[in-house]
Amino acid sequence: MTGKTLESKLAILSDAAKYDASCASSGSTKRDSRDGKGLGSNEGTGICHAYAPDGRCISLLKILMTNFCIYDCAYCINRVSSNVPRARFSVDEVVRLTIDFYRRNYIEGLFLSSGVIRSPDATMSDMVQIVRRLREEENFRGYIHLKTIPDAAPELIEEAGRLADRLSINVELPTEASMETFASEKNPGQIRRAMADVRLRKEAAGDKTHTGRKAARFAPAGQSTQMIIGADGSNDAAILGESTRLYSSYQLKRVYYSAFSPIPDSSSRLPLVSPPLVREHRLYQADWLLRFYGFDLEEIVSGARDGNLDLELDPKLAWALKHREMFPVDINRADRELLLRVPGFGVKTVNRILSTRRYRTVRYEDVVRMGGSMKKAGPFVTAQGWSPGGLTDTAQLRSRFLPPPQQLSLL
Amino acid sequence: MRHITLPDFGTAAAWRDAARACLREGLAPSDVTWGSEQSERGLFDDQPARAAAPVKQTVPRSFVSLAETVCWHRDADRFARLYAFLWRLKDAPHLIADRGDRELAHLRSMEKSVHRCQHKMKAFVRFREIGDRTAPRRSFAAWFEPTHHTVEPTADFFARRFADMDWRIVTPEKTAIFLDGRLSFAEGQPRPDLPEDAGEALWLTYFRSIFNPARLKVQAMTSEMPKKYWRNLPEAATIPDLIANAPARARAMAEAAPTLPPIRAEKARQQLAAHMSAWEGPKEALPAAIHACTRCPLHRTATQAVPGVGPLDAALMIVGEQPGDQEDLAGLPFVGPAGQLFDKVAQSAGLSRSETFVTNAVKHFKFTPRGKRRLHQRPNSGEIEHCRWWLDAERSLVQPKLVLALGATAAEALTGTGANIMRRRGTIEQLADGTPVLIAVHPSFLLRLPDPAEREKQMALFEADLRLAAQMVLALTARSAGAPTG
Repeated sequence: MTGKTLESKLAILSDAAKYDASCASSGSTKRDSRDGKGLGSNEGTGICHAYAPDGRCISLLKILMTNFCIYDCAYCINRVSSNVPRARFSVDEVVRLTIDFYRRNYIEGLFLSSGVIRSPDATMSDMVQIVRRLREEENFRGYIHLKTIPDAAPELIEEAGRLADRLSINVELPTEASMETFASEKNPGQIRRAMADVRLRKEAAGDKTHTGRKAARFAPAGQSTQMIIGADGSNDAAILGESTRLYSSYQLKRVYYSAFSPIPDSSSRLPLVSPPLVREHRLYQADWLLRFYGFDLEEIVSGARDGNLDLELDPKLAWALKHREMFPVDINRADRELLLRVPGFGVKTVNRILSTRRYRTVRYEDVVRMGGSMKKAGPFVTAQGWSPGGLTDTAQLRSRFLPPPQQLSLL
Repeated sequence: MRHITLPDFGTAAAWRDAARACLREGLAPSDVTWGSEQSERGLFDDQPARAAAPVKQTVPRSFVSLAETVCWHRDADRFARLYAFLWRLKDAPHLIADRGDRELAHLRSMEKSVHRCQHKMKAFVRFREIGDRTAPRRSFAAWFEPTHHTVEPTADFFARRFADMDWRIVTPEKTAIFLDGRLSFAEGQPRPDLPEDAGEALWLTYFRSIFNPARLKVQAMTSEMPKKYWRNLPEAATIPDLIANAPARARAMAEAAPTLPPIRAEKARQQLAAHMSAWEGPKEALPAAIHACTRCPLHRTATQAVPGVGPLDAALMIVGEQPGDQEDLAGLPFVGPAGQLFDKVAQSAGLSRSETFVTNAVKHFKFTPRGKRRLHQRPNSGEIEHCRWWLDAERSLVQPKLVLALGATAAEALTGTGANIMRRRGTIEQLADGTPVLIAVHPSFLLRLPDPAEREKQMALFEADLRLAAQMVLALTARSAGAPTG
């Protein structure tokens, strides 16, 4: 086991961590090190310090403490039955990497996860020790995201929440049946109870103590989770249904959707096709519609083929094409809820339309300057100087929005 | 014609002072030209301007921050554009909210470019260590080429973040220097020769390893990390290789044959089995069995089953409807708002919760998600029927002298019907095994009553029911204590 250099451990343990999609570093408490006694700051907005050629941002040093694991989850690169090279960081090594990367302005902080070794408690306690060193000895004030182990002892979770900005536990797969198939040793009920526990602790931290003092803060950037898409047979309706339940039950900040992607030394039980990236993208779009645009789950998934979202069109456009009786809407009179449902308009555009409308009539060119995409919105709105005429109801409207057809290759 | 020359350092503050002075004098935008220290002056710049009537100054706050940012844009016409818009604003302050206005749209897009440039500077400055690693104050330097004049407005970010080390950021135009906790600025310099840094090799290793070759999306990368920044990013040198080898690496993963698990796997499996909890006995096992229940679909969406709690020899068993939001999270019955109301009324009625066994007719929370909240849904007869199995198990375990049914669901689970609760409340019915059941309303019904008078009336009735329960328990336990044993 010994003899691995820091560099080779880093290669193994960051390779093992890349299947976690989350890299957010935003939304925590504001703090800085202007007093000269510590290192780091957090200003509310996250910063992506680099982008890898997979298009994902690199904001945090995302590593596993160790990729040894006693579980055998079929979709995971670190499952016990896989023959990938294994390594383990010492506490010192993680602390040194984090501080040295941070000082060179490579990262916003640390995302620490781990395979489960010995027992859940032993693993969680080692992880908490790393974070404690960073916070209390190195006075590190950057961002820390800690992956928690579902059945770790409550006092460890309590300390983790006090030290870290965000906690997360992955629900892994959308349904209990697929958990049973692909991750039989993990208990979905236990994962839900762990998320419930984090929500309760966070709410308790928001209350005043009996002396009127504010309670110690707990995971100020909230909790998130991740679902793997495309490893099991769940359709988008099931996935989105599960995520709406998670958002409402545990006040999650984010549910991440991670397209199942081929891993080194993969299990023979899973499809090794290229990851469904477009599907992942559509799920994120639908997730946004549910949270910020006033859409109901039913509206988004109803009429979908096999309960899956339309891959060719974004979900809002797909919905609008099915509900043409509601369009065109008049930009100068429609209420906020209806404007938010116009394809090509985002929340910002709608706010701008509403604030300008108080003083004057909004014209077609105005909306373009406000950031609205009239290419998409055109058939669905009227404005001064613009009427879609019969366009809204033409049978070919859908084909206007489809990507241009591609000629088949002869080779 | 007035010409105003703004300095290269402290530009935004200088523009603000100058614009304020011009406005006070009533100088129209056509009477002023603006330039910075290096820019050449125009032909008519020195002619005296016509003075108009002094102008009262009130400026919308959001214009101040707009100007503060736009002053650092690289376009030469930024000062004039700002002043022209400010001039229009004094008669029509609402213009600042008119995003359709051509001029404001232009200024806002300039503001956006500067913000983006600042953001990219915060993200893409790469320090190299230039001093002793073990020194009490470590020392770093970076070379950076911003698109706009963003060094000055952004330097404070680095001062807030890296206050316990010395650093400098050198750019062609300005240098920001942070030494012993003090920030200062100097003229720009050509690209310095920074020493090699061992930390950079580790960073490249990280960058290469965190990349997933199976999901190549080059355009998503370049739209956020444009190529113009690449020459100052050490990791960018590895990108062409990563892209070129990605398809082959992804293919190799897909084609590789599955391997046999290592010997370690079997040992780990045994270790894991040791951590699983085991059944111990019928009594203690009941809560665990309820937790593991999958008899109806509610278990899929709820956090956990909430079994009853209380002494197993309690004389009184209280049956509610189902766990609510709070109960579902905490795993305990009657801790939410309805439970708290119940506790309050029970106390004044002389019922002690610590001496009763409290449970629900249905053990899992049924709800529909609505945004960030969960709306309670009444369990249907099928769900009540499935869960009656557990309620019966609890009843046979505790063997209460009296059961108090709160609300229609509890009544249905216990007596088979939940109809006419308002007529049945306060009355006593018999279970199949002869145990008496006292029917009462559910406390959440009281919480929902909008009319204060009606609420007070129902509250009094509820308290009377609980008082009756307390008296019955006393009577029933006294009778059984007095009865001959054997």
